Amino acid sequence: MMNGDRITLAHGSGGKLSAALVKEVFAPAFSNGALNELHDGARVRMPGAQLAFSTDSYVVKPLFFAGGDIGRLAVCGTVNDLAMCGADPAYLSAGFIIEEGFPVADLARIVSSMGAAAAEAGVAIVTGDTKVVEKGAVDGLYINTAGIGAVLPGTDVSPRRIRPGQDILLSGTLGDHAVAVMAGRYGLELPPAVVTDCAPLNGLVKEILTAAPTVAVLRDPTRGGLATALNELALQAGVGMMIEEGTIPVRREVAAVCDLLGFDSLYLANEGKFLVIVEPNYTEIVLSVLHRHPYGREAAVIGRVTAAPAGQVGLRTIVGGVRLLDMLVGDQLPRIC
Amino acid sequence: MTGRTTDESRRLAKRLAEEISRLAVRPIRLMEVCGSHTVAIFKAGLRQLLPAQVELVSGPGCPVCVTPNEYLDTAVAYSRQPGVIIATFGDMLRVPGSSSSLAAAKMAGADIRIIYSPLESLDIAAANPTKTVIFLAVGFETTAPTAAATILAAEQAGLANWFALSAHKLVPPALRALLEAGGTRIDGLILPGHVSAVIGEAPYRFLAEEYRMPAVIAGFEPLEILQAVHSLARWLRLGEPRLANQYRRVVKPEGNPVARAVLGRVYGEADAAWRGLGVIPASGLVVRKEYQRFDARRKIPVEPEAAREPDGCRCGEVLRGMISPEACLLFRQACRPENPVGSCMVSAEGACAAWYKYGSGRWQG
Ligand code: SF4
Repeated sequence: MMNGDRITLAHGSGGKLSAALVKEVFAPAFSNGALNELHDGARVRMPGAQLAFSTDSYVVKPLFFAGGDIGRLAVCGTVNDLAMCGADPAYLSAGFIIEEGFPVADLARIVSSMGAAAAEAGVAIVTGDTKVVEKGAVDGLYINTAGIGAVLPGTDVSPRRIRPGQDILLSGTLGDHAVAVMAGRYGLELPPAVVTDCAPLNGLVKEILTAAPTVAVLRDPTRGGLATALNELALQAGVGMMIEEGTIPVRREVAAVCDLLGFDSLYLANEGKFLVIVEPNYTEIVLSVLHRHPYGREAAVIGRVTAAPAGQVGLRTIVGGVRLLDMLVGDQLPRIC
Repeated sequence: MTGRTTDESRRLAKRLAEEISRLAVRPIRLMEVCGSHTVAIFKAGLRQLLPAQVELVSGPGCPVCVTPNEYLDTAVAYSRQPGVIIATFGDMLRVPGSSSSLAAAKMAGADIRIIYSPLESLDIAAANPTKTVIFLAVGFETTAPTAAATILAAEQAGLANWFALSAHKLVPPALRALLEAGGTRIDGLILPGHVSAVIGEAPYRFLAEEYRMPAVIAGFEPLEILQAVHSLARWLRLGEPRLANQYRRVVKPEGNPVARAVLGRVYGEADAAWRGLGVIPASGLVVRKEYQRFDARRKIPVEPEAAREPDGCRCGEVLRGMISPEACLLFRQACRPENPVGSCMVSAEGACAAWYKYGSGRWQG
């Protein structure tokens, strides 16, 4: 990135340019041990406690979409970021930036959906802030949430612990959230089966870490999708990965929409799915925990960590060819969360 | 999806690959003409399946890639004129022209709208009667009929502020030019599916008849592409150059006469400039006299900068199948999808972008 450059939508896509923005602009200014792990949340020590701390802003358009809304998203997103650090989320903050003229009824609907999501996740929203800006300064309403929770004792969820030979599990189908939001935005008719997968994953994660405390890493493939999440992990751990295309769960209706609009489900955002990387002797245990839980019914083993080529992800296709599965470049769909 | 299970697809693919390996007793080079085939081949990892002696090279069938800089420079120059709205498909936005791009012009304040169907540009014109709307009409026989229909619709709507900047191109004359120039060492052609759905089989007859070049009109499923490679390998082995249509569910032998009629009503053939291939006789479409009031070039004066190609970019040779993108010194170095030097790195269907994104074809694991 150069000084004369300007921010583009692709810098917010979660893909290559987002990574460059973090690396070249934010990280040098803020550098510290907890941040430099570049996890979904930070793991920090306070006297007597190992904590995880995370924040995220939500700018999804439209505010309401099939199966969810910006409020549920704002709670689940931050809860999931904490869960992906192996933490038990406890407290959230919520900040609202609202455009002048925004209907109070819509705000009430969004806030009550946040309350319901918080109750489901077992977290409390304990502090907040509201700013109102003049018409046109934001598009309706944006929400920021931050959250904090204690790291589950006896676990160490970190890309550093990824090793060749470990299995890669995915908790369910890809692309549901992105397709639901996109349909809402462009007024597409969707089959009723296609709704956002937005859900708090902390309960399921806790069950997994209780059954298999040695899980190496958890990661939710949000912006940039599965392909980007896998690439980040491969780069951070300095390992290769081989993914079996035929094992990746995708809803038939979602695949059809993707075919029609030229989207690739491997790059679409998810809000209720996660990857688990674990030693193979724990794979069956983790898989059975996933399959018993409503948010993990369609979970599958989708691939394996390899020693080489370091930092690269390969995809073995349906017909048995192999190709590189690269990170997202550019923006498939801005403002998806 | 064909509805086949993974195991079945793998078995079939393996069998075809083994057969191909048996048939290809000498090295053969096959060109997939169309960018959609390039992407399909990479996406399925087909190169990995093929024996080393079978090489697939990408051709000139990526519309954005073959659009010369002069066109982009003209579009950028129009976008800077006061009161002009440019309506374009998204893939043109980031293509670098001689010194700028539409994306850069947009950031600097030009009114450039991304559309998904040419007809949307008419709505924009109707909604902005005081502005001049210029639709960027590029593409092959696939998209040209829709552009022609849009011109007819503009006439019917009586729009006086809508224009097309047209640079439609025709595939068969480009193939002839390619073979005529020689030096590409191509042994067979995988012909575009969608273009053929419009033009049918006849325009390709000259390949086998005049150049002894076997060719297959192929679908986009991985197994269909392997089937096409298999047929080509077989005819090469037999020394029988043939033309086959293996995409019958979409491509009728006679093509789509209705689409061609619309096309012929609005456009006539003319020489056209292609990036990398130069000016090819009768390879482009120009708006006929009756519709010239919609032709931006004729109606709106513009002074684009003098066109020049980016230093070091070898798109031209890539588009002719002379080199693979990796032979370009800028590939993966100065030229990447997030910072493209040439057009072949911009379009998702461009050979350089596909080689970059899918890892150069053969997985080194
Ligand atoms: S890699 Fe870039 S510079 Fe080289 S030929 Fe391709 S587009 Fe041109």
